[in-house]
Amino acid sequence: MAKVLMKGNEAIAEAAIQAGCRYFFGYPITPQNEIPAYMAKMLPKVGGCFIQAESEISAINMVYGAAGAGARVMTSSSSPGISLKQEGISYIVGAELPCLIVNIVRGGPGLGGIQPAQSDYFQAVKGGGHGDYHMVVLAPASIQEMVDLVMDGFDIADRYRNPVMVLGDGMLGQMMEPVEFKERDIVLPEKPWATTGNKDGEPRRIINSLFIDAQALEDHVHKLYRKYDEMKKNETRVECYNCENAEIIIVAYGTTARIAKNVIQMAAKEGINLGLIRPITLWPFPDDTIDRWAEADHTKAFLTLEMSMGQMVEDVRLSVNGKKPVYFYGRTGGMVPTPRAVLEEIKKIREVM
Amino acid sequence: MAQEIIISGFGGQGVMSMGQLLTYAGMLDGKNVSWLPSYGPEMRGGTANCSVILADDMIGSPIVTEATALIAMNLPSLEKFEQALVPRGLLIVNSSLVNKKAKRDDIDAYYVPANEIADQLGNFRVANMVMLGAYLEKTQAVSLDSVMKSLREVLGPSKEHLIPINQKALERGAQLVTSIHQRV
Repeated sequence: MAKVLMKGNEAIAEAAIQAGCRYFFGYPITPQNEIPAYMAKMLPKVGGCFIQAESEISAINMVYGAAGAGARVMTSSSSPGISLKQEGISYIVGAELPCLIVNIVRGGPGLGGIQPAQSDYFQAVKGGGHGDYHMVVLAPASIQEMVDLVMDGFDIADRYRNPVMVLGDGMLGQMMEPVEFKERDIVLPEKPWATTGNKDGEPRRIINSLFIDAQALEDHVHKLYRKYDEMKKNETRVECYNCENAEIIIVAYGTTARIAKNVIQMAAKEGINLGLIRPITLWPFPDDTIDRWAEADHTKAFLTLEMSMGQMVEDVRLSVNGKKPVYFYGRTGGMVPTPRAVLEEIKKIREVM
Repeated sequence: MAQEIIISGFGGQGVMSMGQLLTYAGMLDGKNVSWLPSYGPEMRGGTANCSVILADDMIGSPIVTEATALIAMNLPSLEKFEQALVPRGLLIVNSSLVNKKAKRDDIDAYYVPANEIADQLGNFRVANMVMLGAYLEKTQAVSLDSVMKSLREVLGPSKEHLIPINQKALERGAQLVTSIHQRV
């Protein structure tokens, strides 16, 4: 199919529809409003259902219900709205239901601002909701990748009966880039556990996250963790760019990974060899890849680049495990680092290296 | 070489659509392209701007901080973004609304009375196309053919009748900067 020019938010919505999603429940918030707007316009045309709920809490619980009935379903919001959804997300994980949750991150804490940020990393990968749980967190860096990951995200959610989160930011949501919607065979899996109405003689199907007996709950959590082990084995994605011979490797995802590529090009002109490790899944985190490059003799240091005060840097430090120094540079509150400012930071690191 | 353009003006001057048109045309020409709007808490009558990148190589950040060109539709835009131009960068000012000259002398500045020309053509809304015509003439960033195709795409069948006046506006903008160039 030919390429079309699309806003990130609209591309997410179109990708979801093409992936067979027919149910969307949400509540408006900048900078992701193009997603519900697109869904409101398009879903009725394909036999789907869009509901603007009375709140984010209501929306995520509608997702819970639809997922329990076996529907391919999603919701989207931005940071403060995603905070409101956390209880529901924890329930959905506990009840082992698949769905897609999109967070187009803006600056926080509190109502914060509406400009792009990456300060919801902790919330996305370290829980957010309560209890022992994880979900696959996908971090696209282009509109094309947003489309591909949204489509993959639904399949990953079904494969493990677990929610998947797409973590973007205001810049990726608002910008336009050419995108191609590749033909895909959409095969929705059988869902023998879904509550679709009791038929004669069939055992009752129950969607539940309550395990009042401690041993039963521990068994359940152990079962969930066997799924997380499978996710770690099968779903980890990462891009390595120019890492061979790099003296400093930048670790960045999404928007800041794009900025890092500018920095690498600028540095090359000054004879400085930089690389980029770009986690595409923030959970599972590509710790093996980072460890491998930390082992390399040519790697002298890492710089984690984020639009936050330093969240992913903790996972980078755990992955590097003291083998090489890990530095951090970040802007927050909706400020986007400039390539030149990052290059200056690199030069400072080289002086002390 | 990559074109990194800032287009800026009041809301309603067609700043966003000018940028989208240019981006669309770049895509049709087979370039890598990106378009990024400002989406701050702007009010009606406030400033609006967008960043457009047209490149043969991959595009990193879509934010333009070192612009090869600035299209300034009003005075606040000139004052805000003049310093973002690279040396020898291209500045196109809407002199219908801006009565100041650029402060820098290391850039190529052109002053285009876009509103007057648009009025002469019979539709004040095509002032943005006059500016875009001037930009395209100076940079040859994308082919006119692709711009016209994009225009059809963006306007859609219901506004097909607006194609000729938009085309004229592009041509007038182009002619104007050519004649300025010849005088210099």
